[in-house]
Amino acid sequence: MHAVEASGLVKAFGGTRAVDGIDLTVPAGSVYGFLGPNGAGKTTTIRILATLLRPDAGSARVFGHDVVEEAAAVRDRISLTGQYASVDETLTGRENLVLLARLHRMSKAAAAARAAELLDTFGFTDTADRLVRTYSGGQRRRLDIAAGLVVAPDLLFLDEPTTGLDPRGRNEVWSLVRALVAGGATVLLTTQYLDEADQLADRIAVIDHGRLVAEGTGSQLKASVGGGTLRVRLHDPAERDVARRLLGRVLGETLALDADPAVLTARPDAAGAAATALAELSWAGVEVAEFALGQPTLDEVFLALTGTAAPKEKVA
Amino acid sequence: MTTVVLVFGGRALKKFRRTPIQLLDVAVHPVVFTLIFSFLFGGAIGGSIDAYIGYLVPGILVMTLLVTTGTTGAALSVDITTGVYDRFRTLSIRPGAVLVGALIGDLVRYALASVVVIALGLALGFRPAGGVPGVLAAVLLVLLFAVSLSWLWTLLALVTRTPGAVLAVTQAVLYPLSFFSNIFTTPTTLPGWLQAFVDVNPVSRLVTVVRALMAGTAPGASLGWLLLACALLTAVFAPLALRRFRSAG
Repeated sequence: MHAVEASGLVKAFGGTRAVDGIDLTVPAGSVYGFLGPNGAGKTTTIRILATLLRPDAGSARVFGHDVVEEAAAVRDRISLTGQYASVDETLTGRENLVLLARLHRMSKAAAAARAAELLDTFGFTDTADRLVRTYSGGQRRRLDIAAGLVVAPDLLFLDEPTTGLDPRGRNEVWSLVRALVAGGATVLLTTQYLDEADQLADRIAVIDHGRLVAEGTGSQLKASVGGGTLRVRLHDPAERDVARRLLGRVLGETLALDADPAVLTARPDAAGAAATALAELSWAGVEVAEFALGQPTLDEVFLALTGTAAPKEKVA
Repeated sequence: MTTVVLVFGGRALKKFRRTPIQLLDVAVHPVVFTLIFSFLFGGAIGGSIDAYIGYLVPGILVMTLLVTTGTTGAALSVDITTGVYDRFRTLSIRPGAVLVGALIGDLVRYALASVVVIALGLALGFRPAGGVPGVLAAVLLVLLFAVSLSWLWTLLALVTRTPGAVLAVTQAVLYPLSFFSNIFTTPTTLPGWLQAFVDVNPVSRLVTVVRALMAGTAPGASLGWLLLACALLTAVFAPLALRRFRSAG
């Protein structure tokens, strides 16, 4: 049975269709990533699947249970960690976890034991009894995820679990997610970062304007975008014309001149083409000061998949 | 169900203890109003402080609890704007437990405020003829009214979802209702149109009954009307709030 099966999901707020006909299948036991800019409809889709919102049209099943008709059965199997820390700032880390354990109808002793266990696992040995208000962003996020695991869910929704975290915090969250899935859970996470989706997710759905614009594994998506951006800075700007001719032979029309007179950029089809092009320069004796082959950015994914640049994000 | 309600009640109390600003409502507000009106205006309105304090204390009790109900709504909307409520709503618990639990926490706050008002009154020479049973009955009635009214603010919090708006609305309603009532002065000196308003103002009704109970006299039919009002407030706004809580996106 699939963890999530959704078809034709629609949700409008006022005149805007936040979710505009999304079909989705999430295999059980995998990490599934929703990739898209702010306002793309990721959070709304997750909120529908987590029984927090009723879809205007379409239907969704979580482990075979309809999210509207059998919301209680769905809630027994899921847990949600929202985009904004869904923990109580005026309680301590321990109190938050005990509270949730009690709400899951554990006895006082069992709740205390479970909270202690999670605090230990998530590295809150010194900070367990401090108010969440005093936690750093990374600590808050970790507690948030721990709170979602008080009773191990079969399906865990993580809405932008690493937004606002420093690289170390991101890595911690990533290992957590991997460990969860290794334990048999299904994780559905949203992210604005291609590399995050790429690192974690078995399959990725790219969402824009409430629609699914692409779906597949990370490599499938990247293949559809090409090999990223090659940026070459020459030692001597005077040689740019020569370089342009040489690179153009290999890289074709994607070659462009940067505003910086020593820089050329191109979007090669594959990393191999970029290597060949650089070799050409070297053979011809054109000195390269530096070059970089960048991962396709989310902007480029959107450019390639939708033909329009990702909409400028408003800061939430 | 009961355990879950108590867990939410305990949470509300813990938060209350750690949010000193909420103590202002229950402690500072009644003290300031009692002191201003007894010492500053008491002589002018009631002839003497001693004569006025017996008139004032029941009114301050009502006003304090009504104003405190406003904070109930505001605290709830603060909760909603954080993600905590989303998490609660994805748990398989009855949605009512969350709201009822919050009200239980509030009830403790209201009771605390009542103690402050009565204790201060006693210290200033308030000697209710109704004795302990009269005062207790009066406090229970005001608590019941406050909890019933809280359902309205709970609904407001769920609809507007902004703490500032909830506070603004509750204060814009509760302060005029308190001042244009018989809390501070007898309506006989007021212009006719205002007197008419004060007479129909439910706050006046409540204060009149509370005074009667504390004075140990029979509250009459007004008590029945007030209990009916409490029942109506709860019967109308509690289901609306619950429905809104369940479906709120």
